[in-house]
Amino acid sequence: MPVTLLAEDGISIQPSCYSRLVNKWYCTDYLKDRHHDLTSALGQHLQITAWSLVLGIIIAFPLALLARRLPRLQGAILGSATMIYTIPSLALFPLLVPFTGISSKAVIIGLALYALTILVRSMLSGLSGVPEEVRESARGLGYGRTRLLFRVELPLALPVIMAGVRVATVSTVALTTVGAIVSYGGLGNLIQDGVQNNFKAEILAASVLCVVLAVVLDAIIVGVQWTVTPWTHRRRSA
Amino acid sequence: MRNLRDAWDYLTTGANWGGPEGLWHLLVQQLLISVTALLAAMLVGLTLALWLGHLGRAGFLSVNITNVGRAVPTFALLAILVTLDHPGTATFGPYGRAGLATLIALALFALPPIYTNAYVAVREVPPAVKESAAGMGMTGSQQFWRVELPLAMPLVVSGLRLALVQVWATATIAALVAGPGLGTLITEGFYRTDYPKGIAAAIVVAVVAFLLEVGGALVERAVDPNRKGTEIRATPPGGRTADAVGT
Repeated sequence: MPVTLLAEDGISIQPSCYSRLVNKWYCTDYLKDRHHDLTSALGQHLQITAWSLVLGIIIAFPLALLARRLPRLQGAILGSATMIYTIPSLALFPLLVPFTGISSKAVIIGLALYALTILVRSMLSGLSGVPEEVRESARGLGYGRTRLLFRVELPLALPVIMAGVRVATVSTVALTTVGAIVSYGGLGNLIQDGVQNNFKAEILAASVLCVVLAVVLDAIIVGVQWTVTPWTHRRRSA
Repeated sequence: MRNLRDAWDYLTTGANWGGPEGLWHLLVQQLLISVTALLAAMLVGLTLALWLGHLGRAGFLSVNITNVGRAVPTFALLAILVTLDHPGTATFGPYGRAGLATLIALALFALPPIYTNAYVAVREVPPAVKESAAGMGMTGSQQFWRVELPLAMPLVVSGLRLALVQVWATATIAALVAGPGLGTLITEGFYRTDYPKGIAAAIVVAVVAFLLEVGGALVERAVDPNRKGTEIRATPPGGRTADAVGT
């Protein structure tokens, strides 16, 4: 029976919960052995998400202002934004590749376009929710257009805008995984590798990390909003 | 840019549309699985939402179901479902194991927009309208079928449209786990560096998604009982709840 002994020996050397013979969903040895994979994928995921959101906000803000200034353009801007939204991500990333090449740029631009549609909407509805009397009093106090926007309108619109930023953030984190199609999907790359090799621990770890990342970022944004808009919650304690 | 031109050539070559691996066959396959998933989700989600909305209970569910649905990556759910050892799934009709995983994932992702929109639609029927209905001697079920449901219809259909477009998008992602549909051409094109093929399939997917969206909008307009004048609105302020966060 030396053969069996050898085989058993082979197993005992291997990590207990993942090997050619054992394939468990939850596996701490995997987390220990491959934490470099996980942290680098998480880093890429975070980077792609952050850049897409920044790019989305930078483009969405002037678009929202433009749509507000020119009501005739509003329909066109919102319409084309909705149109982008209907394109499935697995189709959008490849469609961007001819312009960007195979790089994280394809994923970042695609995700920024999706975020854009949510952000423009929330910025518009936030700004239009500012009461007209408030605007008039500010003008009466001698506020110019720019100062009115940044000192009065934006702060008042912030809760609605931030609600949009939260939705955009959570969905961008989830969508980044699909970037795996062009090999820049952060944790999605691990999920894809897990599916191809039938490696359960890898799939579950990456999936859970992805949801955790979304929840943590959401909580951070709520925290930031809480600190930058003290007037929304100070009144109660006074 | 050459890839784009080659993709156009791929689309305009008739041979690429026919056959079991052709664009047309895969398109029909993806539409079939999308519609099946939508019907399954409607059966559960619509029934539950309309009933609970009529009773005015479990409002917290309509908020949270959407948030949860948004945070869970479609791809992750698909990956888990396809790797799961559920019994008797080695073959599932013509689509295999990945087909069943896809169907379950699609139905799950169709639930939040269907449920939330239908629930909100029934809840937001103006109380004055409901009171007059009750005052006219309508029973609870008469109120629901003759007053609440017709008024809620546009928003309910808007939820279905949202769900259908989302399901179509998700069905494309299914190709990442070897599922059926047009996505297979996209992934194949990329893994075998046949980019024009992948791009061509992506164009078809995007065009169909757009057509579904437009068709849904037309149906939505057709079922609106207020289209011809009266002022009763079941739509909440802010218009349609855009929650189909792209998949």
